[in-house]
Amino acid sequence: MARAVTQQRKIINTTAAWAVGLLIFFPILWTILTSFKTEAQAIADPPVFLAFDWTLENYGVVMERSNYGRFLWNSIIIAGGSTILGIIIAVPAAWSMAFVPSKRTKDILLWMLSTKMLPAVGVLYPIYLLFIKLGLLDTKIGLMIVLMLINLPIIVWMLYTYFKEIPGEILEAARMDGATLREEVIHILTPMAIPGIASTLLLNVILAWNEAFWTLNLTAAKAAPLTAFIASYSSPEGLFYAKLSAASTMAIAPILILGWFSQKQLVSGLTFGAVK
Amino acid sequence: MGRIQLENVTKSFGNVEVIPPLNLTIEDGEFAVFVGPSGCGKSTLLRLIAGLEDVTSGTISIDGTEATQVPPAKRGLAMVFQSYALYPHMSVRKNIAFPMKMAGIDEAEQNKRIEAAAKALNLTDYLDRKPGQLSGGQRQRVAIGRAIVREPAAFLFDEPLSNLDAALRVGMRLEISELHERLETTMIYVTHDQVEAMTMADKIVVLRAGVIEQVGSPLELYNSPCNTFVAGFIGSPKMNLIEGPEAAKYNAQTIGVRPEHLEVSAESGDWSGRVSVSEHLGSDTFLHVHDTGLADSITVRTDGNVSFKHGDRVFMTPRADVIHRFDAQGLRIE
Repeated sequence: MARAVTQQRKIINTTAAWAVGLLIFFPILWTILTSFKTEAQAIADPPVFLAFDWTLENYGVVMERSNYGRFLWNSIIIAGGSTILGIIIAVPAAWSMAFVPSKRTKDILLWMLSTKMLPAVGVLYPIYLLFIKLGLLDTKIGLMIVLMLINLPIIVWMLYTYFKEIPGEILEAARMDGATLREEVIHILTPMAIPGIASTLLLNVILAWNEAFWTLNLTAAKAAPLTAFIASYSSPEGLFYAKLSAASTMAIAPILILGWFSQKQLVSGLTFGAVK
Repeated sequence: MGRIQLENVTKSFGNVEVIPPLNLTIEDGEFAVFVGPSGCGKSTLLRLIAGLEDVTSGTISIDGTEATQVPPAKRGLAMVFQSYALYPHMSVRKNIAFPMKMAGIDEAEQNKRIEAAAKALNLTDYLDRKPGQLSGGQRQRVAIGRAIVREPAAFLFDEPLSNLDAALRVGMRLEISELHERLETTMIYVTHDQVEAMTMADKIVVLRAGVIEQVGSPLELYNSPCNTFVAGFIGSPKMNLIEGPEAAKYNAQTIGVRPEHLEVSAESGDWSGRVSVSEHLGSDTFLHVHDTGLADSITVRTDGNVSFKHGDRVFMTPRADVIHRFDAQGLRIE
């Protein structure tokens, strides 16, 4: 009896998981499908699901009209650069918080996280002015810095959680074994934290890649990443759903592929410490 | 060489003083055991010696050289942790090699010492395994191996056996004692288990609330505990401590009688009570006697073959020559 119940429950759970998964994925699926439709089919009512004339025309038009390569390159540089910059700053920060905490460490962590609750538009004006003064407007380095700062709390938190899981006694053992701080970091802590650092890197690349508010507001032409590329196909020129979808698909494809191949790493990273 | 001297050492965490001024000398080659209930500061004391915690005031010297400000890596001490603290991403061989690598010892010498340590600790077949693939006892051996190869001035053990099961603990206790005989290196061993302290130590340091209650050889502590705390802490089963009129007869506030110093009889004796529990160990029987009018429970250690059962009336007579007497402050009266 017990076995039958478990089996039944398993089927229900699996079905529910698939349903939720499909629900979440549906907008992306719809975008991808729409990118292969003609503009007329894209706005057809009732909408067509699969039975339409598949065409690559939209992709051709998008490639012709915009320099996809340049947007892609900007996205890679900005997402990658902000992530590396963030990790360089966050590793020592998370380190000191995890292994030499002070009375205020918990407060600092919460305070850092609280900055994520601030509506970004609230600081748009001062940051915009700063960017003008510093000549950072529409530059890749400017965006790298802003995106790094935005994601820094998350990077620090994630690394902090990872480092916390490493028993302090192991680091003390290394100290007793004659390792200097540098050797302790290189030979003991980093190898033990590599899975954590990797999933932090990955998550941050995804966050930075998808970030739209700052990338749209602080760039014009030179440093514009793929978010600006998508935006350029929206409203003012009329309803071009199919082309907009083609542009969106091209923008999300790289990150979707990266996410697909690293999903195991990503999931284990995000649930790290949750179950023990 | 490993003579360790602590002079007026104190340690405070914030406003809490965990170790009031403390003086202690551990001679070269000695096996010293710090023992006390949990929270007595014994691990903190060990960590101060290791350099993993900074002293608040006072000095620590190793072999006559002041080491108070010397970082742990440079003190020439090796430590074995309760959790073993092996490096999980390294093989057993690399774990043992790590301190030598840090010391810049050449590879040929490293391998020689690894082989020797592995042979001594029965680890030869496991050198290429990761710590995760070893049992608790094997992990503990690797931790000891890692400590040996450095040829340290002294070994520090922080409750190394408390994660092992009872049978393994007895075996490892012997191995560590043998290791001490063979290496003749100073060892400082922290435990809350007074049996470990009694069986292994040359010198036992009994601590309570950061204060040294008594220092001495196991038998000194057992035969002449300086106060009621040490009297109650050292020895298993515990010494019976009796207050009131019975103690007054001996001109003391408290008298202490070890369970094995009570003669039992079914017919007559100085004290009487009812057997509550009788624990048969085969070699001995422990009787827990209630309703004596002396203390909540009196423990008697007697022959393995006595047949007292729950509820039986029993008479007990203390051996007069081995009664310990303590004054109102709990201090020993000679």
